[in-house]
Amino acid sequence: MRRAHREPGCAGPDAIDRRPVVVTSNSAPVLEVRALSKRFGAKLAVKEVTFSIRHGEIVGLVGPNGAGKTTTINMILGVLDASAGSVTVAGLDIERHRSEALARSNFAATYAALPGNLTVEQNLRVIGLLYATPALGERVEQLVRQFELGPLRNTRCGLLSSGEQARVNLAKALMNRPELLLLDEPTASLDPAAAQTIREQIRALVQQNGCGILWTSHNMSEVEQVCDRVLFLSRGAILLEGDPRRLPGQHGARTLEELFIRIAREPLASAPDP
Amino acid sequence: MKLQPVLGIVLRQLYLMRSSPIRVIPLFAWVAVDIVLWGFIARYLNSIGSGKIDFTAQLLGAVLFWDLFTRIMQGVTVAFLEDVWTRNFLNLFATPLRISEYVCGLVLSSIGTSVLGLLAMLVLATCVFGLDFLGLGLLLVPVVGILFVFGIALGIVASAMVLRWGPASEWLIWPIPALLAPFAGVFYPVATLPAWMQSISSALPPSYVFEALRATLAGRPVVVDGLLWAGAIAVVELVLSGAVFAAVHRYVMRSGLLARYSAESVV
Repeated sequence: MRRAHREPGCAGPDAIDRRPVVVTSNSAPVLEVRALSKRFGAKLAVKEVTFSIRHGEIVGLVGPNGAGKTTTINMILGVLDASAGSVTVAGLDIERHRSEALARSNFAATYAALPGNLTVEQNLRVIGLLYATPALGERVEQLVRQFELGPLRNTRCGLLSSGEQARVNLAKALMNRPELLLLDEPTASLDPAAAQTIREQIRALVQQNGCGILWTSHNMSEVEQVCDRVLFLSRGAILLEGDPRRLPGQHGARTLEELFIRIAREPLASAPDP
Repeated sequence: MKLQPVLGIVLRQLYLMRSSPIRVIPLFAWVAVDIVLWGFIARYLNSIGSGKIDFTAQLLGAVLFWDLFTRIMQGVTVAFLEDVWTRNFLNLFATPLRISEYVCGLVLSSIGTSVLGLLAMLVLATCVFGLDFLGLGLLLVPVVGILFVFGIALGIVASAMVLRWGPASEWLIWPIPALLAPFAGVFYPVATLPAWMQSISSALPPSYVFEALRATLAGRPVVVDGLLWAGAIAVVELVLSGAVFAAVHRYVMRSGLLARYSAESVV
């Protein structure tokens, strides 16, 4: 048994429990992305991106609009073929063992809401069947309790508020007890209180299950608060990587947001088109 | 292939039907309209005809079987379009769901809805217009079977078209049965058609089915070879349709269309 690495004295402005995360004895990364590239015609959207995520680690993937975050996530989710490189989930290459690899991962994204014409419970049951979840009824009940969805279980998802939809999306994302969780702006469009609740739930989940999380966000204070490590992506390439609480100081910036703005602007001004 | 993901797709359709009468009504309403309309036309033609031809069997039978084929095809495409309309592809294809399981789920959903529609048609045609459906005997087995297989194949191809060209192309797939009807010889022998149309008819399994039905009603022997050939074509077309869907799925995965699927336009 080992513990996830965490620098001492780097607690951010958080109200979240940041005790060291207990992780599994599995030393292999839960996600390994190697030299991943995606080309759309003449445009190289993602350029030889390489990174990994260990069990119990939350890694932030940040960058300006069009940086290639969602393209990268889509390749990890298996809904977009890579032009080059590889994605390995829990040791399984997604190209060769797609179904088995995807059985070990899941995702939540505000732009991929569950069908609004099905109720919360119906959606969870359908998703549970797609993942061939054992003891499905019991699992649905667990998730309904965990995310306090009881009063909403017979409500159509299209009628839920943004905060309620975010909770349902998270419940859906945990259906198969994933080893890898991809969260694409999970708190976007939520009010601060609802966003904080979601962050706490995700953090608690990592504490309990030791799953690895890839988290994209445009909210730098959120990244600082939640993530163990951050990857700065710009024009499809990773420009910086490190602890989100130490990185600004290491690069002469006062805050992560300031660093983000600087990094986002520099390559845009200087980098030639691919 | 796992059973649970297939059931997931079927269960989704079941939930939608159960919760929305609007989805159930078309299963019965349009077939009822067709049966009533053609039933009365057949009754009128019988009243003014010489009595040598039973128009109820000829016309109403043809309409009933052609409607069955149409319902089967649309059953597959509507189940697929539910995912288009709700922009559900990410939620589906980022799971372990295999394409074969997805298509199988669509097909089973279609069979369920088509059987319901078929029962409604049979009850109406038999009770109101006296169509002797069961009088066709064992011929019913290949007739219904071939129409089912061909309808499923066409439904899969139509779904592949929408997947490839985007949600707006849904308007291209609704008229497909109407476009095929003249070539399928639903109401007249294929020999009536010019040579170039007959060559297209020969690739359509329903054309052999309707020839066999007409032969039976006229008291002529059914060309068994023709039905066997139709069954073989339908099976080959079903396999090809699966291959087309898989190829389109690979294309949209490679091109990014699947991940960016939206309701704006034909790509």
